[in-house]
Amino acid sequence: MTTYIWLIPGLPLLGFLVNGLLGRSLGKTFVSVMGPGVIGASFLVSLFTFVEMLDAPGYSLTQHLYTWIQAGDFTIPATLVVDRLSGLYILIITGVGFLIHLYSVGYMGDEDEYAYWRFFCYLNLFVFFMLLLVLGSNFLLLFVGWEGVGLCSYLLIGYYFKKNSAASAAKKAFVVNRIGDFGFIVATLAIFTIFGTLEIAAVNDAASVKLAAGGGAVTAITLLIFLAATGKSAQIPLFVWLPDAMEGPTPVSALIHAATMVTAGLYVVARLSHLFVLAPMTMMVIAIIGAATAFFAATMALAQNDIKRVLAYSTVSQLGYMFMAMGVGAFMVGIFHVMTHAFFKALLFLCSGSVIHAMHHEQDMQKMGGLIRKMPITGWTYVVGALAISGAPLIFAGFFSKDEILWKAFSSPFGHPLFWIVGVITALMTAFYMFRSVSLTFFGKSRIDPQLEHHVHESPWTITLPLVLLAGLAIVGGWVGIPHLLGRSLIPNVLKNYFDGFFAKIPEGIHYGDGLEFGLMAVSTLGALAAMYGAYVLFSRHLPLAGALRDKMRPVYRMLSNKYWIDEIYNLLIVRSIHWISDKVLWRIVDVRIIDGIVNGLAASARNLGGALRLTQNGIVENYAVGIVVGAVFIFWWLLF
Amino acid sequence: MIPNLTTPDFLSILPETIVFVMGMVVLLFDLFGRGRPIRNLAYLTLLTLAAAAYADWTLLGQGLSGFQGTIVADNYSIAFELVFLTVTAFTVLISIRYLEDQEFWFGEYYALLLFATGGMMLMASGRDLLLIFIGLEILSISSYVLVGMFQKDPKSNEAALKYFLLGAFATGFLLYGIVMLYGATGSIHLDGIAKALDGKSAAENPYILFGLGFLLVGFGFKISLAPFHMWTPDVYEGAPTTITAFLSAGPKAAGFAALVRILVEGLSATQFHWVQVLWLLAAITMTVGNVLALQQDNIKRMLAYSSIAHAGYILVAVVVGGAEGLGAIIFYAMAYTFMNFGVFAILILASSKGRERVTFDDYAGFGYLEPALGLAMLVFMLSLAGIPLTAGFAGKFQIFKTAVEQGYIWLTVIGVLNSVVSIYYYLRMIVVMYMQQPTNHSISQRAVPSVPLYAAIAMAIAGVMLLGIFPSLWMDLSLESVSVMTAGR
Repeated sequence: MTTYIWLIPGLPLLGFLVNGLLGRSLGKTFVSVMGPGVIGASFLVSLFTFVEMLDAPGYSLTQHLYTWIQAGDFTIPATLVVDRLSGLYILIITGVGFLIHLYSVGYMGDEDEYAYWRFFCYLNLFVFFMLLLVLGSNFLLLFVGWEGVGLCSYLLIGYYFKKNSAASAAKKAFVVNRIGDFGFIVATLAIFTIFGTLEIAAVNDAASVKLAAGGGAVTAITLLIFLAATGKSAQIPLFVWLPDAMEGPTPVSALIHAATMVTAGLYVVARLSHLFVLAPMTMMVIAIIGAATAFFAATMALAQNDIKRVLAYSTVSQLGYMFMAMGVGAFMVGIFHVMTHAFFKALLFLCSGSVIHAMHHEQDMQKMGGLIRKMPITGWTYVVGALAISGAPLIFAGFFSKDEILWKAFSSPFGHPLFWIVGVITALMTAFYMFRSVSLTFFGKSRIDPQLEHHVHESPWTITLPLVLLAGLAIVGGWVGIPHLLGRSLIPNVLKNYFDGFFAKIPEGIHYGDGLEFGLMAVSTLGALAAMYGAYVLFSRHLPLAGALRDKMRPVYRMLSNKYWIDEIYNLLIVRSIHWISDKVLWRIVDVRIIDGIVNGLAASARNLGGALRLTQNGIVENYAVGIVVGAVFIFWWLLF
Repeated sequence: MIPNLTTPDFLSILPETIVFVMGMVVLLFDLFGRGRPIRNLAYLTLLTLAAAAYADWTLLGQGLSGFQGTIVADNYSIAFELVFLTVTAFTVLISIRYLEDQEFWFGEYYALLLFATGGMMLMASGRDLLLIFIGLEILSISSYVLVGMFQKDPKSNEAALKYFLLGAFATGFLLYGIVMLYGATGSIHLDGIAKALDGKSAAENPYILFGLGFLLVGFGFKISLAPFHMWTPDVYEGAPTTITAFLSAGPKAAGFAALVRILVEGLSATQFHWVQVLWLLAAITMTVGNVLALQQDNIKRMLAYSSIAHAGYILVAVVVGGAEGLGAIIFYAMAYTFMNFGVFAILILASSKGRERVTFDDYAGFGYLEPALGLAMLVFMLSLAGIPLTAGFAGKFQIFKTAVEQGYIWLTVIGVLNSVVSIYYYLRMIVVMYMQQPTNHSISQRAVPSVPLYAAIAMAIAGVMLLGIFPSLWMDLSLESVSVMTAGR
């Protein structure tokens, strides 16, 4: 029993409350200290808790706060659990969260006082809900966090609510997520019916007893949970909201739509690994959806000109990678990539924010170029991030986690060489579009509006410090998971030892030799290096050639830049038809005629009854006494006869 | 023979003693301190209530009983006494500015409030019909005077007279009931009555049933069950607003406390009979209260009928019985106290002498004129309507959930339909506040700040939200306290 875990979500909540209630009157400086301060404090508590957890029996700390719901035998305690999975997550959330809060002080500094105050309120509230999501010991508490982050995401995407596109993007994100939430709710009910409890640990323990492996029940539950995960983590078919979510301020994209909230889906799958391994069909679906999402999102990223949109599609694609890892049973590797991705994707977004900030809200990469001379810190940290995500070998974080995923996709008993092939192609595309964006933005000749150009300069320290720190993490973050192949007995795979025995065991696959593993790694790595170099040369030195190539492939390019017209297809098939049913059937017939008819009829009769009863209430005492006598007679009659 | 009195005897009446003695002290202060602001007496009263609550708190779980078992300080009585003390504390908080505003300078007001509180406490802790009757009369007589406190206001006088006449009439019924029960069983002590009724045939004794019937009429009047409710709107409208608030929460809870104790501890042998009668009374009371509330334009009258409807919901819990049902009564009484006083505090804050906001129309645009007060009013109305995350929902949920579990499906259906009806007039307030343009009349009235009223509203909000989100805070004690009582049987 540890007594201070509540501080981890409690401090951000405190920040939200104090900022929300008093921030407006206390001014910008106060908000700037309070907002990041609570997250920093929460990070320190998380660190302390994490260290204590490593010494705790069973590597798990719990704190029971109070009994939330008590109805007969049904009890929902509000309990927080720090174990190896949530311990890692809280470090990422508060650590990266703190850097992004710090960054926001600089980035949002130009906003007026009211907007500034509102921003930090929402951001603190988001961190609170995200921490609740990962720390909650049962499905209901998890769901509170799950819905809470959805709400904050909605509020922050629509932060510039006067812009029509921002408002509709927020709405889209919310509605699409609701579809996933439906899956979560139904899965929760099914789990409660089968297990009689909503405590996650108990469900994991009893999974193999209560559910037949491969049976319909476990497959349905896991598929429903995965549906929820596709909503939150932007996978096919529910990924469409994430690119639009870039309407929010850039720190929001970095924190919510890259580093933390979108990994909630992966968190839930990893958390319930004992359930998922019982459903091979679900695992296969996850792996296929993950691989498909990774591939298609990467192709779409190739054709984007908005610097943030490239990163948005890249996020979708990387999340697909992680799901592919989950689907082949490599839960640990998936979580490893969640961690490294949090570092380098947050870094990339923040760099892009720094550029956008300097360029006075210009986001089109075609109007940039050569910025490395004006903004060296931003530029070089962006290059670090791009190297990390592209899997530049041996040093950068992305290399280790991505290569582990590819290897598991090939070698795991749930895996298949096809997954490896799709993964490698995606990796090549990733390297290509990332270095396209690096070159277009920072290298080559400047295409910046000359009037704007001499205003462009490096951002203040509150912006660059987080960049440098994250760049450091984007390098060393991968060193905790150096595979045996490279580390041998000299460098231990820290992460593997850390998670030893935590996730559900999957059956041993065929044992492949080191040579094959090395060979596959070499193929993907060399390919990625070639793609990086190619993109760099093409887009920094031979831009006209790139334009000519694009014109040659115009139909493909148009298809990619329009995201395969998926938004339009959804609009036609789903939105319009629902709209029609709502308008013509549900509203005009069901609601107006039937429901309103009944309600209005009942209301009219209640009023008439009231009007009649009112006559008895005439203010004359004798009549009231008669009323009492009538009542008494009635009672006696009832009792005695 | 004079029995030996020991420490537990006196400890068991410690909270009551504090309240009664301090009531007299307040009178004396008033006598010798003429000319000083009566605000001071209000603070003294609040201190008294706090002391009594503290005494109750220390007695919790000891299950003391004194004076040969005629009075107890078990968890049941303590839980109810905490409700009464909360009610009176709220009444005092909302009275301070109201009385000054009405240029009312009589300190007896606070003394009478304390006496009424003491009477309620005796009703909850008495296990002897005579003691319960005395408590009821102390409460009633204090209430008659409090209703008529504004001597120069004809409405206040009329209300007091009506209340007194009908109250005396109902008291007669109650006394008859006690006499019949005594005649049939030879005891006025609840244990004695229960012992005499052990065995089915005795319970079929017509004298017992007559006694039960008279008792139900007497209490039905006190807790204004339909058709004994007709005095309620007139009295509530005429009484000083603070006293209306007090009457709608305190004496009703006390009536339920005594009635439930008598029925469960004394007359459980006749349960078959009283359950049937109360079932019908509950259905009628909920319906009459809600249907008539629909028609009201005056908010005080609306709240009067609404309090009748809420008494109906509580009566459902009495019918359902068992620890779960009876516990819901205590929970609901507390929840109702918070939301009811919240509304009254706002009514008083928003009005001033000569410019009273009494009808719905007076609140047009209130949500924009006074954003904070409007929001608070919104919360209270939602709670009264029983919307989740509020105390009102938690209470109703517990009542109806238990009713369904015990098989009272139809009563639950009636109750739920009634709460649907009630949403109409509670939401009407919200509609008026937020969706209607302020009239010139209402614009000219801004609330005059008052710290005690703000404190009352803040306490009420905190109570409504806390009991709504963490019902177990009060539910655990409520459930546990009645199980102590029922287990004793």
